Amino acid sequence: MELNQLTIHELKEKLLSREITSVDIVESVFNRIDQVEGKVHAYISLLREDALRGAAGADQKIQEGAGGELCGIPVALKDILCTKGVKTTCGSRILQNFIPPYDATVVEALRRAGAVFVGKANMDEFAMGSSTETSYFGVTRNPWALDRIPGGSSGGSAAAVAADECIASLGSDTGGSIRQPAALCGVVGMKPTYGRVSRFGLIAFASSLDQIGPFTKDVEDCAIMMNVIAGYDPKDSTSVPQDVPDYRAFLNRDIAGWTVGIPREYFRDGMDPEVSAAVKKAIAVVEDQGARCIDISLPHTDYCVAVYYIVAPAEASSNLARYDGVKYGYRAENCRDLLDMYKKTRSEGFGAEVKRRIMLGTYALSSGYYDAYYKKASQVRARIKEDFAEAFKRCDVILTPTSPTPAFKIGEKTEDPLQMYLSDIFTISANLAGIPGISVPCGYSGRGLPVGVQFLAGHFEEGKLLQIAHNYERHAHIERRRPEL
Amino acid sequence: MEYEPVIGLEVHAQLLTKSKIFCGCSTEFGAMPNSHTCPVCLGLPGVLPVLNKKVVEYAMKMAMATHCRINEMSSFARKNYFYPDLPKGYQITQYALPLAEGGYVDVETEAGRKRIGLTRIHMEEDAGKLVHDEHLPSSYVDLNRTGVPLIEIVGEPDIRSAEEAAAYLRRLHEILVYLEICDGNMEEGSFRCDANVSLRPKGQEIFGIRTELKNMNSFRNVQRALDYEIKRQEYILESGGEVVQETRLWDDTQGVTLPMRSKEEAHDYRYFPDPDLVSIRVDETWIREVEGTIPELPLEKRERFIREYEIPPYDAGILTTSKALAEYYEDVVKVCGKPKIAANWVMGDLLRFVNEDRGDIRTCSISAVSLGDMINLIEEGTISGKMAKDLIQDMYETGKPPRAIIEEKGLVQITDEDALTGIIVDVIRANPTQLAQYRSGKDKLFGYFVGQVMKATQGKANPQLINELLKKKLDQA
Amino acid sequence: MGYRGIASVSKNTGVRALTERKWKKRKENKVKIRKEEVEYVAHLARLEFGEEETEKFTLQLNDILTYIDKLNQAETTGVSPMTHAMPLVNAFREDTVISSLSNESSLANAPETRGSSFRVPKVIE
Repeated sequence: MELNQLTIHELKEKLLSREITSVDIVESVFNRIDQVEGKVHAYISLLREDALRGAAGADQKIQEGAGGELCGIPVALKDILCTKGVKTTCGSRILQNFIPPYDATVVEALRRAGAVFVGKANMDEFAMGSSTETSYFGVTRNPWALDRIPGGSSGGSAAAVAADECIASLGSDTGGSIRQPAALCGVVGMKPTYGRVSRFGLIAFASSLDQIGPFTKDVEDCAIMMNVIAGYDPKDSTSVPQDVPDYRAFLNRDIAGWTVGIPREYFRDGMDPEVSAAVKKAIAVVEDQGARCIDISLPHTDYCVAVYYIVAPAEASSNLARYDGVKYGYRAENCRDLLDMYKKTRSEGFGAEVKRRIMLGTYALSSGYYDAYYKKASQVRARIKEDFAEAFKRCDVILTPTSPTPAFKIGEKTEDPLQMYLSDIFTISANLAGIPGISVPCGYSGRGLPVGVQFLAGHFEEGKLLQIAHNYERHAHIERRRPEL
Repeated sequence: MEYEPVIGLEVHAQLLTKSKIFCGCSTEFGAMPNSHTCPVCLGLPGVLPVLNKKVVEYAMKMAMATHCRINEMSSFARKNYFYPDLPKGYQITQYALPLAEGGYVDVETEAGRKRIGLTRIHMEEDAGKLVHDEHLPSSYVDLNRTGVPLIEIVGEPDIRSAEEAAAYLRRLHEILVYLEICDGNMEEGSFRCDANVSLRPKGQEIFGIRTELKNMNSFRNVQRALDYEIKRQEYILESGGEVVQETRLWDDTQGVTLPMRSKEEAHDYRYFPDPDLVSIRVDETWIREVEGTIPELPLEKRERFIREYEIPPYDAGILTTSKALAEYYEDVVKVCGKPKIAANWVMGDLLRFVNEDRGDIRTCSISAVSLGDMINLIEEGTISGKMAKDLIQDMYETGKPPRAIIEEKGLVQITDEDALTGIIVDVIRANPTQLAQYRSGKDKLFGYFVGQVMKATQGKANPQLINELLKKKLDQA
Repeated sequence: MGYRGIASVSKNTGVRALTERKWKKRKENKVKIRKEEVEYVAHLARLEFGEEETEKFTLQLNDILTYIDKLNQAETTGVSPMTHAMPLVNAFREDTVISSLSNESSLANAPETRGSSFRVPKVIE
């Protein structure tokens, strides 16, 4: 077994027993990168020298008996996370040469924990997308089938973990951008409760929906990563001052007596049969472990995508106004005057999907339309949140498919934005309500493409998610395959 | 047709917090460009704002001092537009739920006292500075000022003349300065005013078309600009024309308002609640706390001075121009118990010294206790009023208390009648011609004799006593 | 457009199928946003598009806005708009000065500078 194929907890053991060094791990990861990155293209930039230096430093710490929970572990960062002194592009031409003078809070946390940064992972431009096809820096391919998408917008972060090009990674999730790629790439991905993880340093897409979360190879690793990144940050006004439990304490527990809600709106006739089959198996596993699955209703489910595609673009249109060529980033050449500079810079700097969403958002907020669109959407959003609050009175967690289909082909949905938006149908609701969610591999399609099952829980109940996810993982006996690269 | 001006003023006041509203950069004026800037106020990707609690407190103070109702819940909104001095492409301000609403201030004009309503007071961030190159097609952006906290005070359109407007501004200004939340410097831009002006036929309720006036950087200019604009609109209306709704800039050199050169497009600011900031909740406890820190305000202080000290409004006005001066005056009164006399000395010699020095009353070398004591000495008769004039000069130059100087220089007033009589007799004897002239009816020469006695006593004789005794002796045949 | 819709669509995503669906919709529904409005919104957002791109955007935005119309079916009388996921209040910081970035750092990513300022094409006022 290559070191790059192991998990954080497996590697930690070997590091602590001095069987291996961090440099060994990093070298193994970069060997893998050399082998497959040309095919997968998970990264926008690689930090080979920094990583080796970091690994040497980590080894020193381990020698001294110091070193945090991630000491010596190579991790990838979605290129949406500001990394001091390191180019951070957000997948966009408009930030192609931007070097932040500061670290995002989660990046600081990972540093403190001793993590070693492998590189900045590819993503849909400004996190707007479900396929990682809109990056200015090229498409990322699903390691399981190179002619298919890895999901998005955190496609690079998911693919890197799936292809063993890093041990774990961070992504961001605004409408499913961690959970959906996790499902499509066969890895574990979690979106924490809104406010659980600091957004300071996360390049903003939709402020009231964005959250940072981990991609890992198994649920135990997810708990380890959550321990490091969760917590109150005074630099983020929306960060919640709530204590962080030891998430590892929720592992290896049983779920006998739990009630698992199966929302009927997420399981209608006509669902992709392969997804349907895999998720039904997951339900059986969970029941087998003593949980009781009940039918619940989330009556406003049909409105989720519509609400999201007003609220998110509206906030994004405002968040992206700062990209104007004045203080940083791309500036167009040969501009007649200021207005020309603004228009050329933004039109040349942003890709089509970003422009489309800025247009949608600007329209939704504009005079005369605010009430009909943004206000209305915000009201329906309140209803959606209520749906979950009601549901969680009757069940501990909710179980749903993560993605309506396994990975689709590259280019398959790029001509029809609305179609692309509908691939977020199962994940969007959690962002709207602010609740946490996790996607765990639950099988493969006939073609050998991964399928994921999603668990949702109430606010700040990441522990519950990890508990049931870990229990499921241990008892589902999903065949552990590797992508053939 | 008689037209009535309808004026509503919008005042922006920079708050005197140490750090900016949403980040920890310094608010100090005059630093090198872009050196009081951080990722947050530069609007770098990924940053988030965190509200400075002091800004809320200062805003609350102003709200309370102007009788506003403080909303228990208020929140921030984004005002979206593109401009180089606005790094995020939006300004964080308050829109639907401001901190305070519905207050008033009372102003005094020639016509008497009038109450001007306040619509609202809200918090927002300032923008940066844009400087234009004179020769090159370039403008330069300095973002030091972005994020400096402002309160915007929106007045009701209750003002009916330029004079009233100036009085209203002065009132707001003195309250802000008294509260020590703003330094009120119009030239430096820490106190700014925009005006909305329209005219309507007297008796009509509906407002006329209004113009917005900007770029008035002193109280005088506000009054001049309004006077001009009112006349300008009047002329248009009387000629049967229509006032164009537009923004006009006051041109100080030409003394006119001019429409802004750039084509004024109606801005669609697309206000929406800022998702990066949470709501502000002001409860009764917090209100009580802040209320306790509000000093007596200028209007109330003036009225109390007039009442308690029985001094005329003019005096009260001068003595309350600053909180420090008012405190000084009251300390003097505490020591000497003579408010009117104290007022004269403070408004006269003392203020002269302070102004000459361009100093601060608080650092004046004559302490309030010293001045009060000096007044006591006059009342006791130890020194004369005239002597005090010299004494106060000494006090100013040396910083020593009056009794110490008197002792050093032996300046005790001569009040011994016998001694004085003796000197008077000597003076009379030494001036026989004048004596004869006086006795033959030239009353004016009395002053001459007084002067001679003063000289002989080195000014130390009690003037009243001199007059008394001198008269006696001169009339004695 | 329930999940029945998605399943059938995901099997039917050839370009011709797409165009047919679009024509059907256009006949059924009103146009949601016109080209002039798209141009106005583009200006508000400081974006500019060529003829073709404007047309394409107009079509796509119409599709999306038509879909979003379903929100009108949701009952929301008396519901407070949800602006924050968590009901937090009073997230404050103290009024202390923290050191800023140096002028050099502040300008480090600037496309154009002059001295210690950012340089932009002249702004007419």
